[in-house]
Amino acid sequence: MERTLYLWVGIFVCAGIAALFVLALKVGNASATFNTGDIYHIRAEFDNIGGLKASAPVKSAGVVVGRVDSIQFDGKKFVARVTMKIDKRYTFPKDTSVSILTAGLLGEQYIGLEAGGDSEMLKEGETAKLTQSAVVLEKLIGQFLYSKAAEGGEKK
Amino acid sequence: MPERVVESLRGVGHKTVNGIWRLGYGSAFFLMTLLRSATSFRRFGLTIKEIYSAGVLSLIIIVVSGLFVGMVLGLQGYETLQKYGSSEAVGTLVALSLTRELGPVVAGLLFASRAGSAMTAEIGLMKATEQISAMEMMAVDPIARVIGPRFWGGVISMPLLAAIFSAVGVFGGYLITVVVIGVDSGAFWSQMQSAVDFRHDILNGIIKSVVFGVAVTAIALFEGYDAPPTAEGVSGATTRTVVTSSLAILGLDFVLTAFMFRGI
Amino acid sequence: MENLVEIKDVSFAYGFRPVLKGINMAVPRGKVVSIMGLSGCGKTTLLRLIAGAIKPRKGEVRVGGRVINRMKREELYAERRKMGMLYQFGALFTDMTALENVAFQIREHTNLPEDMVLDLAMMKLNAVGLRGAHHMMPAELSGGMARRVALARAIALDPTLIMYDEPFTGLDPISLGVISNLLRRLNDVLGATSIVVTHDVQETLKIVDYVYFMADGAVVAQGTPDEIRESKTPFVHQFVWGEIDGPLPFHMPGGSYTKDLALEAARA
Repeated sequence: MERTLYLWVGIFVCAGIAALFVLALKVGNASATFNTGDIYHIRAEFDNIGGLKASAPVKSAGVVVGRVDSIQFDGKKFVARVTMKIDKRYTFPKDTSVSILTAGLLGEQYIGLEAGGDSEMLKEGETAKLTQSAVVLEKLIGQFLYSKAAEGGEKK
Repeated sequence: MPERVVESLRGVGHKTVNGIWRLGYGSAFFLMTLLRSATSFRRFGLTIKEIYSAGVLSLIIIVVSGLFVGMVLGLQGYETLQKYGSSEAVGTLVALSLTRELGPVVAGLLFASRAGSAMTAEIGLMKATEQISAMEMMAVDPIARVIGPRFWGGVISMPLLAAIFSAVGVFGGYLITVVVIGVDSGAFWSQMQSAVDFRHDILNGIIKSVVFGVAVTAIALFEGYDAPPTAEGVSGATTRTVVTSSLAILGLDFVLTAFMFRGI
Repeated sequence: MENLVEIKDVSFAYGFRPVLKGINMAVPRGKVVSIMGLSGCGKTTLLRLIAGAIKPRKGEVRVGGRVINRMKREELYAERRKMGMLYQFGALFTDMTALENVAFQIREHTNLPEDMVLDLAMMKLNAVGLRGAHHMMPAELSGGMARRVALARAIALDPTLIMYDEPFTGLDPISLGVISNLLRRLNDVLGATSIVVTHDVQETLKIVDYVYFMADGAVVAQGTPDEIRESKTPFVHQFVWGEIDGPLPFHMPGGSYTKDLALEAARA
């Protein structure tokens, strides 16, 4: 009787730990590398960050290379200053363009890095100069309507 | 007329004072259980027996419920997301709902009803048949020998059960949406994986289930220990365990969620 | 002969209800002493005081010369290892076999190897005649058998003081005889002292050395069994001979009979 009891408890604990592993690996992304060492920071300034939040992914060529660390408002230049944590393995040239893009229709926003051609790389704490702010939907619609109205006006 | 008002006021006052006294007594009991936990670990065989009673015997209800909850989430999620053309996000929906909330909470409620009430009844009956008293007379501390192993058995079982619930639930969601309805399997998993963060979602879920485990087990053991040694006493205590634990789970869930997910 | 247990001027109350009022008792070593009385007269409370489960409001309880009611938990636990208690319905642990029940104390309080523990437990079970039932669970035992196993459990560590809380309640005549016989024999063989709380008069008077009679929280009579049998105290006489009327009247005091039958009301 004792033996079967221990067996069942063993099976149960194994099942529980296995479930945890399944959840960790298959369900979540277990790559927590951006929370432990081996990272460096770069900054970028935007006129509008849209819906970007801290710990949003930073991608280049569609692959996650880092996370947004913090977002601050610069009261003197009236822009948003974003600090990003980038995996140390990847370095980007000084003329890399940093844009705020939207993933899919449901709109989770992330930062996309497009490497430039500069031979010098961005180092810890440096600021990327080429930035593209988030697309604000209302402005886009306003632009579209305005250009349509202008077109219509021209034709006449 | 004023007499009846005074009477009911006195009744309310009495109940409040009684309730506060019980809260204090229960906290002291909980503290003593923790302080005298050495036996539960030195003689781990006792604790293992309790992990069997609380955990293994709850497996069936947890697995079946998890499966059904996952499947319902999949169905409901698909039905709504489909209207926005985002049916591929259903994996994310199922996984996040389960790991963050439903896993710990529903598993906790089921645990309270099954294992919690069983513990209360067991301890209550032991007290009613003077087994606890006999143990004390034999110079064996019942809190160390009887209550302790049951407490740690429950605390160890609870997060494992919640994890199994969530995992089975995700599988249930997969079953319904991918296998039956036909959502793309690759999209299901990849969207889920990019949305569910280990530290933020899964770990928080585990922390929740540990907290719930402590709360439910402590309440169950205390109610049993404090039950009047009669048939009605034990049955009342069992009911109180389920009600109080359930309320505690939901209340703690709110507090923990507010702390953990406020940033998002 | 020195006394193993001494109770000096002990008073106790549950909340506001006084249960014991200035009790004085002495239990000599090696003797079997009985405490008799009606239900609720404080007999079981006395046992609990001796075991240290509760503390008296006033007075002292001494066991082996040491004051029980002033001891801390560690000391008290050490004292209790020398005591054995038999509960009214046995109070066996329902999740263990009979043998495991008897072995419980031996396992908890000694470092003896496992096979020795089981051997000792088997010997104790044999002493009460239930070695054949060692593998049975408490639920499978009859009332009398359960109580015998509980007795084996109580003497597992060869205690110097054995206490019995209503050991004869609800037993068939044979089991009653067996327990009664065991009680006396074990006491003499182990060289122990026994205190029996009971209201089974005839059976008890056959085996005890001294009797204390309690009513309303006080000792109303005491003596050897013969003295008790010949006692002229009205209450003792009524109790011992089971008379239906005496100091304890048959009719509980109430109002007028005719009034209760509503005869007077009808006339009015």
